[in-house]
Amino acid sequence: MKKGTFEVKVGLAEMLKGGVIMDVTNVEQAKIAEDAGASSVMALERIPADIRAHGGISRMSNPEMILKIKEAVSIPVMAKCRIGHFAEAQILQEIGVDFIDESEVLTPADEENHIWKQDFNVPFVCGCRNLGEALRRIGEGAAMIRTKGEPGTGDIVEAVRHMRGVTAEIRRLSTLDKSELMATAKILGAPFAIVEWVAQNGKLPVPNFAAGGIATPADASLMMQLGAEAVFVGSGIFKSDDPKPRAEAMVKAITHYQDFAVLAEVSRGLKDAMVGISASTLEENEKMAKRGW
Amino acid sequence: MSELNIGVLGIQGAYEKHALSIALAGANAEIIKYREQLDQIDGLILPGGESTTMSKMMGFRIDYKDILAFAEKKPVFGTCAGLILLGKGIDDPRIHQFELMDVSVARNAYGSQKDSFIDNLTLVFDKENPFHAVFIRAPQIENIGDDICVLATCNNTPVLIESNLYLGASFHPELTPDLRIHKYFIQKIMEVKNGKTPKSA
Repeated sequence: MKKGTFEVKVGLAEMLKGGVIMDVTNVEQAKIAEDAGASSVMALERIPADIRAHGGISRMSNPEMILKIKEAVSIPVMAKCRIGHFAEAQILQEIGVDFIDESEVLTPADEENHIWKQDFNVPFVCGCRNLGEALRRIGEGAAMIRTKGEPGTGDIVEAVRHMRGVTAEIRRLSTLDKSELMATAKILGAPFAIVEWVAQNGKLPVPNFAAGGIATPADASLMMQLGAEAVFVGSGIFKSDDPKPRAEAMVKAITHYQDFAVLAEVSRGLKDAMVGISASTLEENEKMAKRGW
Repeated sequence: MSELNIGVLGIQGAYEKHALSIALAGANAEIIKYREQLDQIDGLILPGGESTTMSKMMGFRIDYKDILAFAEKKPVFGTCAGLILLGKGIDDPRIHQFELMDVSVARNAYGSQKDSFIDNLTLVFDKENPFHAVFIRAPQIENIGDDICVLATCNNTPVLIESNLYLGASFHPELTPDLRIHKYFIQKIMEVKNGKTPKSA
């Protein structure tokens, strides 16, 4: 019997496909999310929109709060650690979190190095803006990749940019001659073996999800049609005027992301989505997607 | 075998992987999201994923009773969360179990994800080579009825079982390239289609 192998880590990511992973800040929200059909919850003290509003240093959530949520739900529980903060990740693994998000939503702990995720038994998800970044994280051991988008804005534009960027680069890779792959790996700044795998298979070697700015069922469908295999919804549910029906609508929208009658049906009757902020009005130092490399 | 159509319930979870295994094993695979699609298939797979999510979505475009009616005459294979749905005895009003197999399972009984594991199993119908089985936050089979035939065990606990028209696994044969279990299910569907009595212990 073996635990913590790459196959076992990617296995859980496979089980989360076609689902919605919802940010929750307490037991009550976690139960609403689970009852609405969420495939997983992300336990954190403040959702990205509030992290933006409050400022200050944003760290791993209190383990006590995460454990309470773990006790309250049967679905997998994820939690975030700071980029490069492997000690936070060790604590999260110790308390039995099912997936760790090494996340740009929190204040980075290391501006040079991400966590060496291969040393952990628990799987990691990491954000990316482009293919090179995705493949570096996979090289470090990430078992799931998601777009960074621009968290806490309710603006989908950055998630679309990142997803289109990754898929366009994958398409381009699959057209290259073998002799061109090493130079491409150099430009991408990515491990050669993974570049070669992607060129041969035309996809990432781990599931590819969308996050960062998803606020409506239409946003969720858009990201799925652009190639995402599941979505994370952060501030979009509990910053809206109607969390419960919106959470249910999101779940239906992901299962039926290509059924426009369903999408129309679940979009009707929802109250206002989160107000949001346009990502293009953010100062460069306010953009969370810039964190990590 | 190419005339067989096998559906995979496509609400949430690893349904694409199952469809790929079915196609590689030589049958037609179809992702099932609507009740009308059930008329066109000879067998159904309930994939891994979250049983609460799948239960919640029953009644939207495909209903619990549609699948139950299908399962009266045609084979169903449940893996992980799908096995939970096939069994009985879960004390959670949000989970709609079909109670098609006389088996009680405990959810997440092996612990959280850090305790997920791989192990080699011996299949009773093909003992020569071990089956590399991936267990992800797996349900544990606790009690089985007299009509349940055990096809594989792990640490003395049944992990692959069969009774009547149904097959259940607490692990994920769709995550590995070994197609023997999918082929076994296809064979079962063929036999039922040709009027043979399904197997029980």
